[in-house]
Amino acid sequence: MTAAEAGAAAMDAARGGLGASAGGSGPGDPGGGAGGGAAPSPAGAPGPEAERVIEARDLTAAFGATTLFRHVSFDVRRGEVFVILGGSGCGKSTLLKLMIGLVPPAEGTVSILGTGVWSTEGAGRLALLKRIGVMWQQGALFGSQTLQENVELPLAEHTSLPPAARAEVARAKLGLVGLSEAANRLPSEVSGGMLKRAGIARALALDPPILFLDEPSAGLDPITSAGLDELIRDLARALGTTFVVVTHELASILAIGDRCIMLDKAAQGMIAEGDPRTLRDESTHPTVRAFFRREAA
Amino acid sequence: MTPPEAPSPPAAGAAGRGFSLRAEAGARRLVLGGRIDTEAAAELWPRLMEQAAGAPSVIDIAGVEALDTTGATLLVSAEGASPGNRIEGARPQVAAVLDRVRTALAAPRPKPVAGLPTLARIGRATVEAGRGALDALAFLGELVVTLLGTLLRPGRLRFREVLRHLDEAGTRAFPLAVLLGTLLGVILAFQSAIPLRRFGAEIFVPNLVGISLLRELGPLMAGVILAGRTGSAYAAELGTMSVNEEVAALRIMGIDPMALLVLPRVLAGLLVMPVLSLMLTLAGLAGMTAIMGLLGFPLTTVTNQLAATLKMTDLLGGLVKAAVFGLAIAAIGCRAGLGAGRGPRAVGDAATAAVVGGIVAIVVLDGIFAVAYERLGL
Repeated sequence: MTAAEAGAAAMDAARGGLGASAGGSGPGDPGGGAGGGAAPSPAGAPGPEAERVIEARDLTAAFGATTLFRHVSFDVRRGEVFVILGGSGCGKSTLLKLMIGLVPPAEGTVSILGTGVWSTEGAGRLALLKRIGVMWQQGALFGSQTLQENVELPLAEHTSLPPAARAEVARAKLGLVGLSEAANRLPSEVSGGMLKRAGIARALALDPPILFLDEPSAGLDPITSAGLDELIRDLARALGTTFVVVTHELASILAIGDRCIMLDKAAQGMIAEGDPRTLRDESTHPTVRAFFRREAA
Repeated sequence: MTPPEAPSPPAAGAAGRGFSLRAEAGARRLVLGGRIDTEAAAELWPRLMEQAAGAPSVIDIAGVEALDTTGATLLVSAEGASPGNRIEGARPQVAAVLDRVRTALAAPRPKPVAGLPTLARIGRATVEAGRGALDALAFLGELVVTLLGTLLRPGRLRFREVLRHLDEAGTRAFPLAVLLGTLLGVILAFQSAIPLRRFGAEIFVPNLVGISLLRELGPLMAGVILAGRTGSAYAAELGTMSVNEEVAALRIMGIDPMALLVLPRVLAGLLVMPVLSLMLTLAGLAGMTAIMGLLGFPLTTVTNQLAATLKMTDLLGGLVKAAVFGLAIAAIGCRAGLGAGRGPRAVGDAATAAVVGGIVAIVVLDGIFAVAYERLGL
């Protein structure tokens, strides 16, 4: 067992209710679903037998008379980096908001760690929210607080850690994303890449088993973007965290994704599911091929 | 030699929560077990840190089955609490998380921001105040140049924008002006009638309220409404545009933000304020008339008193004053918005600066008008 796999196993055990199977070094995902098996995924992704931590069934999103997508169903397995991809306006970010309970679905259900997102209220919903972390597209850090204070906020609200301990834990989270020296800066004083990393540190504050990232690479230069991809893979391997990433950055999708689904605006739904490398190499769907080959539709 | 210690009991709640901590007899050995996650770390933190801060200890984590990054932070902090402390017995999967957090915490801390000495702080505040005054003067100059340029070429003025702002700053503020004016008239009439009644002089209430509203309170209260409602809105809107670099985009496209954004708003403020002030004054007089009716004075008496007291110069003086107030409030709101810094806080600061600046400006201008009218014999 490598150190990275061992780390994942440690977190699996730490999360108790999630069981211990996903932390092991299963074989690379052979393409799960539509893809079929070809190239291995970036880092020992959990196999098809891994526990399903998110189950989405028949999701339909509509705003008034406009339908974004219909009957989208998929599972996310524990410990994997799951990517939602697609062109602009296909409903990727809406699907993410629907999964975390911000936008109600027109139809369908989502459950996270066995809890229905839209059927649970009160204390159950709060308990669920404490088990997920979200990194927003623009960071969504509070402008009047330093990065350190931003990370400390969920710790102060949801744990009984003493103030000195909170500060130390926040420092550790910022250290994990390489922002130790910027801890005392305000969000307006740091770059876009640092904002996104600080967003991840805040999302990690309560050590949630599932992290949702909305366009983590958007607007970043290739070097910063690659660094962020590496960080996501690194955290997934070391901490065993499940990542759900919304992106349309091709390089990121191939670098971090264990499995993906692809939404399409014209089809108003999901047109592919599987290992991104397999989809790139073997898919016969014209839109999927055009997407991965950067061809005009 | 350290006397042997009795083993301490497991931490409270350990059995139910899946973690344990005990200090073993004889050696300084802190033994941890179970699952050290965020909740466990919160419970263990004070006790473990207290014990680890004493004599050098071995922190035995062979029994720790699982660790999250908060739990790892606790262990690394406990290890660092005393120079001789060391962690032993970590299982491979626990050691991986521990190593990662140890590396994260070993990164250099942010350099503390050195505060400026008092004298330097005063100096900086003075320089900033001076720079702010110069900027304001430059803004005023730029506004005047744009205004004169527009007078020479009226076709450049965006009338549709002016109409939009007249609607937003004026039409939509009318109900508020009427409400406040009526209440002001009622309160002034009622409060002044009480002392005047002692001298049998209640009949002079219209004279008092009429002069006050026309010359002072009408323009002032309308100014407060405009500053609170419109000045802040201008600052927030232009501040957001500045933060989003829309103003910079206009400049790069060769479009003068002063002509496109500021002039229509300032003209709207200039034109709308006399109307707001007049409406507020008329509503106030109506409120006062109602109170006079309740006190037994017919409408004719009130109008006769008003006609005998009020002169056209009172009305015009009030309206001119209101127009200048409107110009100042709108210009201050726009200036605050265009000068906003970065981030959402900057927009809030700009809105506050617009309201405070607007109200201070109208009070100062009111004083200047009082002296000027007195010298002119108005």
